Amino acid sequence: MDIFDLSGLFLSGAWGTLRLFLLALVGSLALGTLLAAMRVSPTPVLRGAAATYVTVVRNTPLTLVMFFCAFGLPILDIQFASDRGLNSFFYASLALSAYTACFVAETLRSGIAAIPVGQAEAARAIGLSFRQTLSLIVLPQAFRTVIPPLGSVVIAMLKNTSIASAFNNRELISAMRSGIEIRGDMVITILIATALIYLVLALGLGRIFDLLERKLVILR
Amino acid sequence: MSAPTQVLFDAPGPKARRNNVLISIASALLLAALVAYIVWKFYDAGQLEADKWTPFTYTIIQNVLLRGLLATLQVAAVATVLALIVGVVFALLRLSSRRYISIPATIVLEFFRGIPVLLLIFAVFYIGGRGVGPFWAVVIGLTLYNGMVIAEIIRAGVLSVPKGQKEAAMAIGLRPGQVMSIVLMPQALRVMMPTIVAQLVVLLKDSALGYLVTYRDLLAEVNNIGRDYQNLLPTFIIGAAIYILVNMLVAGFARYLERRLQRTRA
Repeated sequence: MDIFDLSGLFLSGAWGTLRLFLLALVGSLALGTLLAAMRVSPTPVLRGAAATYVTVVRNTPLTLVMFFCAFGLPILDIQFASDRGLNSFFYASLALSAYTACFVAETLRSGIAAIPVGQAEAARAIGLSFRQTLSLIVLPQAFRTVIPPLGSVVIAMLKNTSIASAFNNRELISAMRSGIEIRGDMVITILIATALIYLVLALGLGRIFDLLERKLVILR
Repeated sequence: MSAPTQVLFDAPGPKARRNNVLISIASALLLAALVAYIVWKFYDAGQLEADKWTPFTYTIIQNVLLRGLLATLQVAAVATVLALIVGVVFALLRLSSRRYISIPATIVLEFFRGIPVLLLIFAVFYIGGRGVGPFWAVVIGLTLYNGMVIAEIIRAGVLSVPKGQKEAAMAIGLRPGQVMSIVLMPQALRVMMPTIVAQLVVLLKDSALGYLVTYRDLLAEVNNIGRDYQNLLPTFIIGAAIYILVNMLVAGFARYLERRLQRTRA
């Protein structure tokens, strides 16, 4: 196996990581927003449910969440695809989304708290309902305020995709491990290459969030 | 949890109160249905039968779980001590006024902070070979990553100490090392202690990665028991409860420190 085959291996690994990252990004943002909305809603039941979820999952190691999704859900006969690899991919994305959503929700909540009271008061004064106030006035501003901390949550999630390697997923770490198995003489090179790919991905994400911050963030 | 919610909706009138009750009941029913669905799924898969749960009354199983918890705490404790040392050292290196010290330190710090902990653990595992073993692979991996994060926290703490402190310390003739060690660092550590303890929760959570490199921690024991007794889900629930409890205790300690700090400041 020469360098070209290795880089092919790594390319497919990087694609696996990105795929996992993108699906979990959409999932965690959606679930996180829902949780944040529940936490500020007028209904105590919803507030309590969201708070409980966030407290419990935030204190659970991601490895456990993934362990549950990968080994627990099949026992409960919950499956997403007939193909085994695809199924593992959905399990891992679900675990990542469910875990990261807590941090997204907490970040958004701090963003909601940072929005001047007058905004919500004005929205209510012109007769908007709770749902309208939240979705038209408060959340858009909250998202724009929390772009920098949201960026670190998202970058942490990118790094967390590595844990999926242990649960039958093809991504960078599993590519690295099979690379090391094949080319035992290039261990250090392969390790450094993997680290560099992660760094490049993380730096790229950081750049994107910097751009978003410059375009969108509201300075207070 | 008070300010934002109070403005998002009015103090409810009679109609809103009735609506609220209705929505409360509806959402409670929805949540109950969700919980019921999960419980039914467990029941359907035979996970609620008594013989899946009786093993936990055996002392052997309890001891195995306890041993796993101890192994987890052990790895986390050693990594905590080392990460604090690495944190202080790298904070000092980055704060150094000599560029040829601070710039390489920054590069090393950003490198270890930017890659997944799991990659660090595997790297130690592969490079160190059999001589290192899973315990030290996990400890070193956790130390490198969390040490760098703690270094940044401590650095921010030192920079947040009012400038007059440093100037006054220098004015009474302390050497730079003394200014740092007896004036700036104690204040920085005190201010940043809640944040540092919160980071230690992250370290404790990440210690579960040890399972992936065959370290026999709590998760590994959960897996072993679950496979041996065919009760993976019940064992998992017990294991997860232990993890959550321990983490919440440490997180609660962080919040306690924060409250105490605010009190002494005010």
